[in-house]
Amino acid sequence: MPRAMYQAGSLGLALVFLSGLVLLAGASPLNVMLSLWSGAFGTLDQFARVLATLAPLMLCSCGLIFTFAAGLYNLGIEGQVMLGAIGTTLALRVFEPMLPAPLVILMGLGLGALAGVLWGLFAGVLKIYGRINEIFAGLGLNFMAQGLALYLIFGPWKRPGIASMSGTELFNESLWLGTIGKTEASPIALLLGIVSVVVTILVIRGTHFGLQLRAVGHNLRASYVLGIPAVNRLLGSFALCGAFAGIAGALQVLAVFHRLIPNISSNLGFLALLVVMLINFDPLWIVPVSFFFSALNIGSLQLPLSLNLESSLAGVIQGTIVLFALFGQGLARNFKNEEMKG
Amino acid sequence: MQVELQHISKRFGPVQANDDVSVTIAAGSIHGLLGENGAGKSTLVKILSGFITHDRGEILLNGKSIPIQTPAEAIRRGIGMLHQDPLDFPPLTVLDNFMMGKTGGLFLNARTALREFRDLAAQFNFRLDGQAQLSELTVGERQQVEILRLLSLGVNTLVLDEPTTGISASQKTALFEAMKQLAAQGKSVIFVSHKLEDVEELCDRVTVMRQGQVAGHLDIIRPIPPDLATRLVDLMFGRELSMPAKPATFQEETALEFQGISLKTDRLTLTVDRLTVRRGEVIGLAGLEGSGQQLLLQLCAGLLHPVQGQLKIEGTEMAHKPYQAFLDAGVSYVPADRLKEGLIRGLSIQEHVALRHPNPGFLIDWREITKLAQQAIGTFSIRGRPSTLVERLSGGNQQRTQLALMPVPLTLLLMEHPTRGLDIESTLWVWQQLIARCETGTTILFISSDLDEIVQYSDRVMVFSGGRMSDPIPVQALTADKLGQMIGGRFE
Amino acid sequence: MDLNQFLTILATAIAAATPLIFACIGETITERAGVINLSAEGTILLGAMTGFAIAKTTNSLLLGFAGAALVGGLIALIVAFGSLTLKQSQVAIGFVLALLCGDLSSFLGNPFVRIPGPTIPSFKIPLLQEIPILGPLLFQSDLLVYLSYLLIIGTWIFFYRTRHGLMLRAIGEQPEAAFARGQNVLWMHYLYLLIGGALMGFAGAAFSLDFKAGWSHRHTAGYGWIALAIVIFGGWNPVRVALGAYLFSILQSLASVAQSALPDIPTQVLTVAPFVLMIFVLVLTSSEWLDRLLSRLPTSLRRVLTQAIRSTPPAALGRAFEQD
Repeated sequence: MPRAMYQAGSLGLALVFLSGLVLLAGASPLNVMLSLWSGAFGTLDQFARVLATLAPLMLCSCGLIFTFAAGLYNLGIEGQVMLGAIGTTLALRVFEPMLPAPLVILMGLGLGALAGVLWGLFAGVLKIYGRINEIFAGLGLNFMAQGLALYLIFGPWKRPGIASMSGTELFNESLWLGTIGKTEASPIALLLGIVSVVVTILVIRGTHFGLQLRAVGHNLRASYVLGIPAVNRLLGSFALCGAFAGIAGALQVLAVFHRLIPNISSNLGFLALLVVMLINFDPLWIVPVSFFFSALNIGSLQLPLSLNLESSLAGVIQGTIVLFALFGQGLARNFKNEEMKG
Repeated sequence: MQVELQHISKRFGPVQANDDVSVTIAAGSIHGLLGENGAGKSTLVKILSGFITHDRGEILLNGKSIPIQTPAEAIRRGIGMLHQDPLDFPPLTVLDNFMMGKTGGLFLNARTALREFRDLAAQFNFRLDGQAQLSELTVGERQQVEILRLLSLGVNTLVLDEPTTGISASQKTALFEAMKQLAAQGKSVIFVSHKLEDVEELCDRVTVMRQGQVAGHLDIIRPIPPDLATRLVDLMFGRELSMPAKPATFQEETALEFQGISLKTDRLTLTVDRLTVRRGEVIGLAGLEGSGQQLLLQLCAGLLHPVQGQLKIEGTEMAHKPYQAFLDAGVSYVPADRLKEGLIRGLSIQEHVALRHPNPGFLIDWREITKLAQQAIGTFSIRGRPSTLVERLSGGNQQRTQLALMPVPLTLLLMEHPTRGLDIESTLWVWQQLIARCETGTTILFISSDLDEIVQYSDRVMVFSGGRMSDPIPVQALTADKLGQMIGGRFE
Repeated sequence: MDLNQFLTILATAIAAATPLIFACIGETITERAGVINLSAEGTILLGAMTGFAIAKTTNSLLLGFAGAALVGGLIALIVAFGSLTLKQSQVAIGFVLALLCGDLSSFLGNPFVRIPGPTIPSFKIPLLQEIPILGPLLFQSDLLVYLSYLLIIGTWIFFYRTRHGLMLRAIGEQPEAAFARGQNVLWMHYLYLLIGGALMGFAGAAFSLDFKAGWSHRHTAGYGWIALAIVIFGGWNPVRVALGAYLFSILQSLASVAQSALPDIPTQVLTVAPFVLMIFVLVLTSSEWLDRLLSRLPTSLRRVLTQAIRSTPPAALGRAFEQD
């Protein structure tokens, strides 16, 4: 049986499971679907919000393509997004008085990317020289980044008067990325997202660097024997992922929240991990899947109002689809092995 | 216990590992099992100890047919095997290893076990610390722990697979004493080895295997008759060697020079006092697998570094340079396990070509790469397309791909089993290519377990046994008997 | 601060570490057998929600805990089937479940948010509670806390003093060798995943039915991830792991005490500090530098110290095992 059949089958089963769940919560699957649709695409504002979520999600997914290519589970991506946001906030605060707004924004993006790179490399150094599994190093660094963000929000960068979970003071509107009309969608953010996908596809498929990353990811020992500088490539993938995540964090500050908040990453880094697992590490699929996941995120915000359901259904749907897809892949492979044996 | 193996056959894919093998091991005897690489002796003892199930034949214990399916079952029947690489648990303590797999109540009785362990160790003069972590022990000591464990489980037939590789002389003495003691107690010992000396010293009877079949049985009578070694070698190899078939390709210049090199792993210590190899020369490295040949190759490749000594390639001191420096110097290493170390599973032929591109820019010029890949496929007659994943290729075509990926020019080529698993046509073709390389000044060191290949294509041959290494011998001066004796550990 | 105050803080911290103990010991058992169950974060959340929901509806604490353990076991079963039988990445399946189950807990637990429910009553152990210092420190809380003491000691005994425990450790180190000694490795992996998962689910209920007394969205967020870190911190040894959990809990309560002493540093930062410290210690205890230092010491001292501080993961952790 071809692989597509397993994929379709697993998607179907996921939908059946989800319908059951919705019924259990006392709602009708059809109503939920309609509500999700109208929540995401009902008004222009809502659609714009989907696009605003899409850009950083695509950026994170692109970054993860590089670490996955090198065979790494970069669970530290959340921290890399946060550090990016912190770097951007720092740049904005420092340069706002001295430079014209567009340059400040540019510095913000640059410093965000740089901070992400450093945080990514941190995980890489812990993995390669500290012998700590990148999964645990990454999780630890996420907490550290969270601590740093909290410290800044409640300490040096607190709002005059009250420090609170609502974050730092809003930046001057001149430092917001321009949006389409009065919506939340920023064409620059979207452009950055699209460009990053193109760059990712190009680097992974069309450059020696990308090919070497894949070689290292498939077989570290053989790559080394073939003369590929493996350590260098592993660190490179961490740095690249950090850069993309850092820019995603910068967009969260510049285009979405216009300030630093404790949950600045909005869990987009983890969501991107799901995206990349679902697309089986093929960068071509980043755009549609990220779009679908963003639509779910935004669409679900209406569920509490329209159907009195919790908005975390979005996460449930995303997780279920990925889980069933992983199972489908496993079944497909087992079936193929059986066939080869027989 | 008398152990009989009757008409045992076992096939792995195209390889008939055991073909109608019958051996009887008398109770209270030490029975040697002798043979060269791939003769089928390991398969046979693994069948007996339950690690491999056989296709045909039966196992009789004390005359009763007993089906043995798993290692645990074999142990219940009193058959325990000591593997060449001990199957134990290095991170746990010696005592933990000793207690593992014993039956009993819920709780471990460490004190009783320790007492039993010490008593058994004392009985065989093994000096072992029960509290030590197993990973702190030498291979020889780990073997001793394993023997004691098997004995405490009530094993009365002990199988030892190449036990004397990598252990010290005193450990070997202790091991042999223990074996003799066990035999005297009425237990049977099956001693798998390729070392003539060990077999002569220890065994009461020996079965020689060749190409999956029994070549003959011999009783060993003491004092040892002077022609025993020759008879054993005859049985092991059983034929005249092929004639050397390689034209002289070497030049006068020295390509490779060793001086006082020593290298230590946890199994073997390899020392090379002095060795020079000429440019364009082919050196065949013979010996049983794991006797140190691979260490020498990896040393030349820059993948292992010597403790001390000098290694010069084309006059440049390389001993402690990084691997990349070896690559830059034109050294290429082609490992035996093609899909584990040589080629990258999941990547295609053309992607491998791109990885080996001598001066990669930033972008890959796929059109050029595909063209190069197509050329390579044509030149090396690889059955595949540029986009074929390497794991989809047959073994022969994988080897052709490895050859195609070797850079030009090449100073030093290090190959493990250049033609393993290849048909005759491919074998001839591969050597044609290699000899053509030698004519352009490439020096080749290769490992092979096929003695014909060694004799046919080497200028000089070095024989390895348990980390010891012979001087290089010109191939014309080799006889089957001499080679066999050296592989069996007799260097004169 | 006088001694009594100090003891109270410490005692609260020790009791508050209880849910974490259940989760950490559960993960320790699973990882020691060679499998990573990365779903801890989601398992604890879903366990907390189901435990509370069941206890609330049936008014039975026992059923609540049992239900939570069952949920934890079920999640572990999914991890086991996906990674052991279907041979997918343990990390991928575990991670997806960590997120999925967390969201599921919010989605399904909506009706139970911030309502009062049953909690474990406190129970002081007669006699023991009167031991000076130790009494107020350890024996004046509730049954769940005492159960966690038993779990720590029991797991240690199981690991190091029983036949099955020895085999469990062996499987995590060299499954091939364990197979050669007659063990059904696949079955054991399933078993210890299930046990570990059940304990993690139970840990969730310990939050919602005792220490956090109730359920709300993301109530236990972060504890699953920290449990994973504590297991490494504790070098996969149940007693050291438990000490790690206590240390973490004490640091967290000290953070709130330190607040008055260091008014410049916001509380929220101090609550993250233990995580940072954990990572720092992790780097230290797994470094080569420590290995070199230890190797210079005399044998007996080295063995003791290695046991005490070195973190060596089970050799086969996370590696797929092919039975034939």
